[in-house]
Amino acid sequence: MAFEGLADRLQQTLQKVRGKGKVTEADVKVMMREVRLALLEADVNFKVVKQFIAKVKERAIGQEVLESLTPGQQVVKVVNEELTELMGGEQSKIAVANKPPTVIMMVGLQGAGKTTTTGKLANHLRKKNNRKPLLVAADVYRPAAINQLQTLGKQLSMPVFDLGTDVSPVEIAKQGIEKAKEEHHDYVIIDTAGRLHIDEGLMDELSQIKEIAKPDEILLVVDAMTGQDAVNVAQSFHDQLGLSGVVLTKLDGDTRGGAALSIKSVTNTPIKFIGMGEKLDALEPFHPERMASRILGMGDVLSLIEKAQTNVDEKKAKELEEKMRTMSFTFEDFLDQLTQVRSMGPLDELLGMLPGSGQMKQLKNVKVDEKQLNHVEAIIKSMTKAEKVQPEIINASRKKRIAKGSGRTVQEVNRLLKQFEDMKKMMKQMSNMQQKGKKKGGMGGMKFPFM
Amino acid sequence: MSFFKRMKEKFTNQSETVTEKFKDGLEKTRNSFSTRVNELVKNYRKVDEEFFEELEEILIEADVGVATVMDLIDELKDEARRQNIKDTEKLQVVISEKLAEFLEKEDEDNKLNIQEDGLTVILFVGVNGVGKTTSIGKLAHKLKQEGKTVMMAAGDTFRAGAIDQLQVWGDRVGVDVVKHSEGSDPAAVVYDAVQSAKSRGVDVLLCDTAGRLQNKVNLMNELEKIKRVIGREIPNAPHEVLLVVDATTGQNAMSQAKTFSQTTDVSGLVLTKLDGTAKGGIVLAIRHELEIPVKLVGLGEKVDDLYEFDADRFVYGLFSDLIMEEQDETIN
Repeated sequence: MAFEGLADRLQQTLQKVRGKGKVTEADVKVMMREVRLALLEADVNFKVVKQFIAKVKERAIGQEVLESLTPGQQVVKVVNEELTELMGGEQSKIAVANKPPTVIMMVGLQGAGKTTTTGKLANHLRKKNNRKPLLVAADVYRPAAINQLQTLGKQLSMPVFDLGTDVSPVEIAKQGIEKAKEEHHDYVIIDTAGRLHIDEGLMDELSQIKEIAKPDEILLVVDAMTGQDAVNVAQSFHDQLGLSGVVLTKLDGDTRGGAALSIKSVTNTPIKFIGMGEKLDALEPFHPERMASRILGMGDVLSLIEKAQTNVDEKKAKELEEKMRTMSFTFEDFLDQLTQVRSMGPLDELLGMLPGSGQMKQLKNVKVDEKQLNHVEAIIKSMTKAEKVQPEIINASRKKRIAKGSGRTVQEVNRLLKQFEDMKKMMKQMSNMQQKGKKKGGMGGMKFPFM
Repeated sequence: MSFFKRMKEKFTNQSETVTEKFKDGLEKTRNSFSTRVNELVKNYRKVDEEFFEELEEILIEADVGVATVMDLIDELKDEARRQNIKDTEKLQVVISEKLAEFLEKEDEDNKLNIQEDGLTVILFVGVNGVGKTTSIGKLAHKLKQEGKTVMMAAGDTFRAGAIDQLQVWGDRVGVDVVKHSEGSDPAAVVYDAVQSAKSRGVDVLLCDTAGRLQNKVNLMNELEKIKRVIGREIPNAPHEVLLVVDATTGQNAMSQAKTFSQTTDVSGLVLTKLDGTAKGGIVLAIRHELEIPVKLVGLGEKVDDLYEFDADRFVYGLFSDLIMEEQDETIN
């Protein structure tokens, strides 16, 4: 999970302070050194770290923390607030031109993920904003870059404009935009070739494309794993082109992603999207406040809820809650839920968003095996309708049949049945507790029985 | 002083093109690094805590990595105390020496393990966008120049356009490419490539794979399978598993090297895009913290800009200014 390393470090440090009655200035100093090391190890630019530490320290040593009754929590609060601010305050949206088409230009170093992000962004615009983008293939240098974009276009069934590799990218951009006007596309996304920020010739070419295309957005695509150089890259692209935003890619890796912290603070350019996977729908808006919470191990509940909302049928969820209370939860409901949760994305990703999951040792290295879930599905699907509704009737011979039908062993069938019984009991307790407290959990009707 | 002298004798008398290339490719790193150390030495007359703190920052900014920097600073402090160095200018030499020590490892083999007779299989692995396919193209060119017959396997069946990209390289350097369609099983592609390389009596087979983030268990398992398939067809193969790392990568490079090693026994690193970054420091961290040798470095965009890594040349490229200064002094 992105940033988790940083969260761990900060948590360890703050654990020492948490629960302490009084904090001395010396304590704060020790703590700040730990925070500094953690941030540096996370590839946050050292200048940014310096500023950050200075700010936090000032506030920490000030009355705000020393005088407070819970100094540890105060420091967490201060670090959290400052992190959020560092990463860009509020979330920013993608531009819309007064007169269509809105032109977006994608720039960045080689291998940052420009072409893939171009595809993802087009998909995002169509899915979330109901737009009709045209993709323009202006990377004439890298072998087969145009083919890559065409393949993505085919997968999305979206048009891709190209003029081969013998025409200048400037001309391609120009004709691409003209074509978009003719065919009434409301967005044009120009995929440019990757280049080093110090390559004057190629940087100049980008300026020329900018001249002609007059883009409403110039998005810098940055690999989240980039080290200290991220700041220089962002700075020189910004100086020469005037960026409007940044897309951070490969955040689904285990990088601590310190680059995210640095870029905004040095260039004052907001991070607009993050790439969270290889599939074409794995592009998400960047939420600085959520990211800061995640760094501090407070979990990313908001993202989780949002995911749940887009994927879960509300009515079904209500029904489910009712069933849980009355203990009439069946294997059919279970299967239903399994499909719903799985449609939200890979499970280990979901787990990472749960509050405190960074702290729980047993969860930390959990690699949810999607295969295992397939097996569970297979077993349930091999049951008859009656068995699904009334698992009690499953006797030895039925078990044998189910095992055969699903290609699993009888032991596995047994295990699933046992787990299902336990789960039902647990659910009953949980919903009883909720009833008593008359308080609904933050997740509304959503429950994840097998988590 | 012996260190500079050795370097000087080794390189100043011979103006080899490869050495020059190292010097040019590392220009950015050298400029930002040496210049800043020089400034630091000028600003601080005396060796004290503050001096070390600044030095720490310079090193961290070069992506050397916190752990390595801490080790280095500790050793420098010890050394300064032992030799009773108070003058920063004197310490400068010690700094360069220590860095060189970190870079050099005794009896380490940087040469690619190419079989004298029979087929050599080289598997390329790495995260997305580090330059695997490009490195394969460049290496194919290099090996061909050396008179070897080369074949490439388009094992990246996942990313859109990856097969075409390798094919373009194949056409460019005149090397056959074994490929299936997009979305097919990469292990099957590699299997076919091995069979066809064997029957055609090719010297070296270069296998491309799709980029994958090291925390994706399933994808890492796929890589293991590819390796297993190769090993089953040819004993002791793959002869090299090269992890390609982007030099602009920060501390995640460590995690990459560790995880890929666990699944595929990485035998060497290819460091790409070293010319574009002023942060070649990651080489130092990799060599200090890991047991994996750097075998190849990418120092430019041209087809022949892939070089065998040479620690001495790297050090020379990094400190050539200082070494030259030293030389002037001895002449005066």
